[in-house]
Amino acid sequence: MVAVSREWREIPGRYNLVGSKCSVCGKIYFPTRSFCPACRRASIGKVEPYSVSRIGEVYTCSIVHDAPECNNSIKPYAVAMVKMSDGVMIAGQLTNVDLGKVAIGMKVRATLRKLDEDGPAGVIHYGYKFVPLEE
Amino acid sequence: MRDVAIIGAGITQFGEHWERSFRDIGIEAGMKAIADADLSGSEVDGMFIGNMSSGRFINQHHIGALIADYSGMATNHVPATRVEAGEASGGIAFRQGVMAVASGMHDIVVVGGAEKMTDVDDPTSNEIMDTTSDTQWESSLGVTFASLHAMIAKRSIHDGVFTREEMASMSVLDHAHGALNPNAQFRKAINLDTVLRSGPVAEPIGLFDCSPISDGAAAVVLCPLEEAKKHTDSYVKVSAVTQASDTLALFQREDITRFCATTAAANKAYRLAGISSSDIDVAEVHDNYTVSGILALQDLGLFERGKAGKAVLEGQANIGGKVAVNTSGGLKARGHPIGATGVAQIVEVVQQLRGAADKRQVAGARYGLAQNVGGTGSAVTVSILEAI
Repeated sequence: MVAVSREWREIPGRYNLVGSKCSVCGKIYFPTRSFCPACRRASIGKVEPYSVSRIGEVYTCSIVHDAPECNNSIKPYAVAMVKMSDGVMIAGQLTNVDLGKVAIGMKVRATLRKLDEDGPAGVIHYGYKFVPLEE
Repeated sequence: MRDVAIIGAGITQFGEHWERSFRDIGIEAGMKAIADADLSGSEVDGMFIGNMSSGRFINQHHIGALIADYSGMATNHVPATRVEAGEASGGIAFRQGVMAVASGMHDIVVVGGAEKMTDVDDPTSNEIMDTTSDTQWESSLGVTFASLHAMIAKRSIHDGVFTREEMASMSVLDHAHGALNPNAQFRKAINLDTVLRSGPVAEPIGLFDCSPISDGAAAVVLCPLEEAKKHTDSYVKVSAVTQASDTLALFQREDITRFCATTAAANKAYRLAGISSSDIDVAEVHDNYTVSGILALQDLGLFERGKAGKAVLEGQANIGGKVAVNTSGGLKARGHPIGATGVAQIVEVVQQLRGAADKRQVAGARYGLAQNVGGTGSAVTVSILEAI
């Protein structure tokens, strides 16, 4: 069970891929960071919100067969690390996809989906998943 | 800083101990180590306990106090500190113990590692393992701990770092050695086909690429090197113990086909010990999944990058090969009670350097290494021990 507050405060990142950009060196981070690990103290107060690209390419992937109980109804399912077009890497599920066709190099886009729920009366978790990009 | 010696080592049988509790196994390992060091117990002035998740596995926090109490140390008010670093909890507890003795703060320290995993069901156990990755940005999105390793494997195979068969051979190696270790959870040799045909967990990782769910504990006793002879003739020198960090989430790395924290910790350890990787005779590496074992051998410099998989497949990591790897059976066959693993690795290297490893003894072993990893390479500790 996750407290509502935890779910709520992560909405910018989980729903809209909002990360951070260091205005000193220009490096982009996802998830958000309060300062830039490259610029350290010089970046304090100079890190701005940044909307990560929603288009990317599968860098690596797997088909999950042994899933946590909350994902039993969707297994087997695909997961990937996706390199977005602005260079940011993000991990998540691939959905609306033929499992046999999941491969490195596949073009995908991020979309908002239901992830799972904390039982019949608990919080429903939403977040990004990736779907194949229609050419 | 004082040089430090290991004067005692103890370990329980690893496996599924439904009849035994966390405190039963923790105390057994500690008492064996103290007896091995020929101490009465009253000499001990500090304790460190590596444990990842007693809070979730047995619903008990504050296990420093628990272990101090049930090992009889509470009556002497001996300080006991629990160390948590994911799967590296045991190795990093060992490092804390070495630092405590090296600094002069303590003289006789017991380092234990323990985990009781079978008091919860298997899915719960896997979910607890997931918490060593980035819970918020990996596992809660459905990206399991196994699938993170599977994605490392997938990319490594894609990049030509090793093949699926070479990766699988790590499991064959572990089982071959585990068959010789009476304390191992699995004491049966297997062949490559068994690994390749095992049911999928997260492709390309199958069941036989994964370490099991285990209960177990291990412990060692430390003292200043110059005092060691007073206690035993059979001690081992701690030549180096280092630790390095990396990002918590795997996706934040430049390269996921290597664990840079392993290389950072290893290079520093070789320098402190005054040796190079080619001097290592026995190595216990953290192969929670087969892929991790192959990466470890490369990142530690024991085999060249791109050639470690082939080396394992060809038997160069077996007892009698170039370097004997995971003579205990490794995480796959000895078992992987998480917090115990890092200390169990030290126990195995101690037995090898003492010449007390029976059927799995590596002849003339002088330098031994242990590598313990937390998360997907987020915390790594490397220890180098030397025979006296």
